[in-house]
Parts: sequence; C-alpha cells; structure tokens
Amino acid sequence: MQWRKPEPKKSYDVIIVGGGGHGLATAWYLASVHGLTNIAVVEKGWLGGGNVGRNTTIVRSNYLLPQNIRFYEKSMQLWRTLSHDLNYNIMFSPRGVLNLAHTPGQMDLYAERGNAMRLLGGDAELLDRDQVARLNPGLDVSGNARFPVVGGLLQPSAGSARHDAVAWGFARAADQLGVDLLENCEVTGFLRESDKVVGVETTRGEIRTEKTAVAVAGSTSRVMRLAGIERLPIESHVLQAFVSEALKPVIANVVTFGGGHLYASQSDKGGLVFGGALDGYNSYAQRGNLPVVEEVMSEFLAMYPKFARLRMLRSWGGVTDMSMDGSPIITTGPLPGMYLNAGWCYGGFKATPASGWCFAHTIANDKPHDINAPFTLDRFKQGRQIDEKGVGPTPGYH
Amino acid sequence: MIIDCPWCGKRDVREFTYQGDGNIKRPAISDVNVDEFNAYVYDRENPAGDHLELWQHSGGCRSHLLVSRNTLTHQIASCETVGPWADKSGRAGK
Ligand SMILES: Cc1cc2nc3c(=O)[nH]c(=O)nc-3n(C[C@H](O)[C@H](O)[C@H](O)COP(=O)(O)OP(=O)(O)OC[C@H]3O[C@@H](n4cnc5c(N)ncnc54)[C@H](O)[C@@H]3O)c2cc1C
Ligand SMILES: [Zn+2]
Repeated sequence: MQWRKPEPKKSYDVIIVGGGGHGLATAWYLASVHGLTNIAVVEKGWLGGGNVGRNTTIVRSNYLLPQNIRFYEKSMQLWRTLSHDLNYNIMFSPRGVLNLAHTPGQMDLYAERGNAMRLLGGDAELLDRDQVARLNPGLDVSGNARFPVVGGLLQPSAGSARHDAVAWGFARAADQLGVDLLENCEVTGFLRESDKVVGVETTRGEIRTEKTAVAVAGSTSRVMRLAGIERLPIESHVLQAFVSEALKPVIANVVTFGGGHLYASQSDKGGLVFGGALDGYNSYAQRGNLPVVEEVMSEFLAMYPKFARLRMLRSWGGVTDMSMDGSPIITTGPLPGMYLNAGWCYGGFKATPASGWCFAHTIANDKPHDINAPFTLDRFKQGRQIDEKGVGPTPGYH
Repeated sequence: MIIDCPWCGKRDVREFTYQGDGNIKRPAISDVNVDEFNAYVYDRENPAGDHLELWQHSGGCRSHLLVSRNTLTHQIASCETVGPWADKSGRAGK
C-alpha cells in the first residue's frame, strides 16, 4: 500500500479540502518545507480521481505576462527535480513545447513572448519553417497546408509528466511525513464560530482546525457555497480530451496549432493525446458535445493530414474552474480561518508543484509569497486582472 | 445539445453563441456603487443544476434567447425570446 488509510482525528493544525494534484502538493510542501505534519487532506472520492488524472499532461511556462512567467517558471524549476524530491518517478519528460505560427504577424507575437520569457530567466527559441520541419517530420509544412506553417516558438525545457504519478507521488511522500490522507470523506459543510471557519463537516464526521484550505478546482463554487460564499469570479466549463490508437513514435514534442486551438503529444504507450478549446458554456457534466469533437479533429488533420484514418480510442470531459481573467487565485480568505486555491482553468496541471508550494507558504505564514501575491481574489475589483489572452471577463474564451 | 428556438424550431447547439449567466442585471449607469458594478461584471453563482442563461441564435434568426438549462445534464427546460421581440409569438408557436 502506498499510503495509510487512517481514521480522521478530532482536529488538525491544517485541513486541506480536495485530494487532487494541488491539495496533495500543498500537503507535501506544508510538511516538508514548513514542518507542519499534523495535517489532513480531505477527499470526497479517491486520491487523484479528479482532473489531475484527466488532463493532457502538458507542462510549460510560455506566458507573456510577468506575473504568469514568474509563477510558471517556479513550477518548471520544481518539476525538474520532483522525481528525486518525492522519491517517485513522475516521468517528467522535457521534450519541448512547440507553438506553430502560420502568419508573419504571429511570428512577431511569438518573438515578443519569447523575449519576455527569456528576460525573466526562461528558455525560448524562435524557429523558422525548416527548423520546425526538421523537429516534426510528420507535420504538413507545405504551402498546400490549410494554414501553411511559417515558423514557431519552442520552449525546449517544457514537455509533459505522468499525471497519475504526480498525484500518487505527492500523496505517498506526504503520508510518509505523517500527513493523514482521508479518502471517501466529502466536505458537506464548514464549522463556524461567527465569521471564522473552524473546521469542516464531512461524511466521516466533524473535524476541527484553525486553518481550512480549499483546493477543489472544478467544484470551487459548489464547495464555497457551503461556507455561504454565493458568488465568485469563476464559471465551471467542460473541456474534452482525446486519445488515439497506439502508433510508433511519430510526434517528438508537444505541438500546438496556431490557426485555431489544438495541442497534441504522444504518450509512452504510443497513443496520440490531444485536445482543443472548451465547449464554451457552463457545465458540470463531465462530458462535452460533438461540435467540439469535430472541430478538434479537423484542426488536427489540418496539421497532420496523414492521420485521417487514425482510429480514436477514448475521449472524455473534465470540469474546469474558469476564472474571469483566465488566471488562478491563491490567497488567504475570503473568510477568517480560510485559504483559497482555485481558478485553474484548463492549465492547472503544469502549475501543480508551484501551486502547492505557494499555497503552503500562504497557509503557513498567513500571507502570500511574492510569487503568488498578484493572484488575489479581490484583484478584479481593484482593476488588477491578469488577463494573459486579453479577452475580458468571459471565462469561456480564456 | 439541441436548442428549441421559438422562431426556428429545434436546432443544433453549433448554430448558437453562448452569452453567459442570464440572471445578472446591469446596474443603472447613474449608479456609482463600485461593489454593484464589480458584482455585475465578475461575480457568478455558477450553479451545478438549473441555470438561466443567454444564448444568441447567431447562425439562424439572430434572436437573443433566455434558456433554462441544467448544467449537470445539459437538459433544456425552456427557451424564450428576450429583448424587443420578447412578447411576439414565435413561428414555432411558443
Ligand atoms: C480534459 C482536460 C485536459 C487538461 N489538460 C491540461 C494540460 O495539458 N496541462 C495543464 O497544465 N492542465 C491541464 N488541465 C487542467 C488540470 O487538469 C487542472 O487545472 C488541475 O488538475 C486542477 O487541480 P487539481 O489537480 O487539484 O484538481 P482535481 O484533481 O480535480 O482535484 C480536486 C479534488 O477535490 C475533490 N472535491 C471536490 N469537492 C469536494 C468536497 N466537497 N469534499 C472533498 N473533496 C472534494 C474532488 O473529488 C477532486 O479530487 C486539463 C483539464 C482537463 C479537464
Ligand atoms: Zn432562431
């Protein structure tokens, strides 16, 4: 057995709600960095049964805005040594993430983004069409392509990791430091002393604590409503993903289409793993609709016409916590005794180590680290949105 | 997902554009309460269950529609025209 199955204690120093990647990482950093080991992770199902096991596993930090670059670069740093730090092979694979450009204007934008990344210590290389072709032999870079490729932006140190192993690795390492991982334990309410949150009501009884930290991703609005928070700058949307039958090695890196929204890579088992945009409407259904399937497939074929007869094995949908500016929230509050980690949209897997690291710091010190200080809940009211895409308060478009 | 437009009848979701939460009301422009404007622009109930929301039949009659849809099942309970045509009766007899 990789971790104990303890009975809940009456109280802990910290309770983390949500046993996904972020909750488990938070527990491990609280224990290993801040020496807080009398803590529990409370999970309604089984560990890693949420979006941490449902994503397309892309890990990258190719952002433009300095707040995002700093945060995701911290994550890249942690990813590099994570297998060693956890003593668990999370199969981090820095195979490079390549964003294709199809117009000269897009190349200019990539140059700007690459420069921003390099100025803050990241790695980025602007490639011309021939360099793209050499790196991705199967890609249609001819002038006949529906959207001819003119070049791309490569982040060589980016790539992917085994999603389940990330959850299991954080869980096992946290358990070994004494963290109680409480599965099949759904939070059904919050214990209150006037305004202050002093613990949780769960399907396995009441558990008290001075510090209640919520990290439930797509369920954020539902769980926070239990604490009387009726409205948040978040909408839940469904994102689909697809896996094909297995092929011999054919896609060397993670490649994204610049003429639409599509990202693809190849798993170690040989399946092509890819996805595109959100379905675009509020949903908790964990399944999407066919128009997005068709759109994703046609974008994939615009890049790789030779995959036209490839058979699909599986597809699924996950509920993502889309924030109003497309950026996360890692903060103290919004109630006394409470801490909130949310708004991961559909890019929160790559954030897992830095999110846990920053959230642990925020919980232990009752104030954020410089790296997550911009990611507050009240930034919207203050006009400090971190809107990477510049599409405004329309969660479905981020 | 099929939306039953009061003017055009049952059409595939791809003909429609989602416009978000249909409960929120824009405060009067003379209202200078920052909290209310902030809530209007950013804060959402985001329920798991019945949700009142706005869609536009952008690939059809272009009407703006108020739709009651369950976010857990995608089942649609009602769909009505909003705006200047709200009280006209649609061709589909609604
Ligand atoms: C299809 C898809 C593809 C994606 N692809 C990528 C990608 O390529 N790269 C990337 O960086 N990100 C990606 N993401 C996003 C990423 O998966 C999420 O942002 C991230 O996993 C969210 O954090 P988490 O792991 O903590 O969430 P989860 O694993 O969902 O954890 C939340 C946990 O909270 C639990 N919970 C909920 N309510 C309660 C309650 N009342 N009591 C107790 N526990 C509760 C849930 O059971 C769940 O286990 C993708 C997401 C999807 C859906
Ligand atoms: Zn119509």
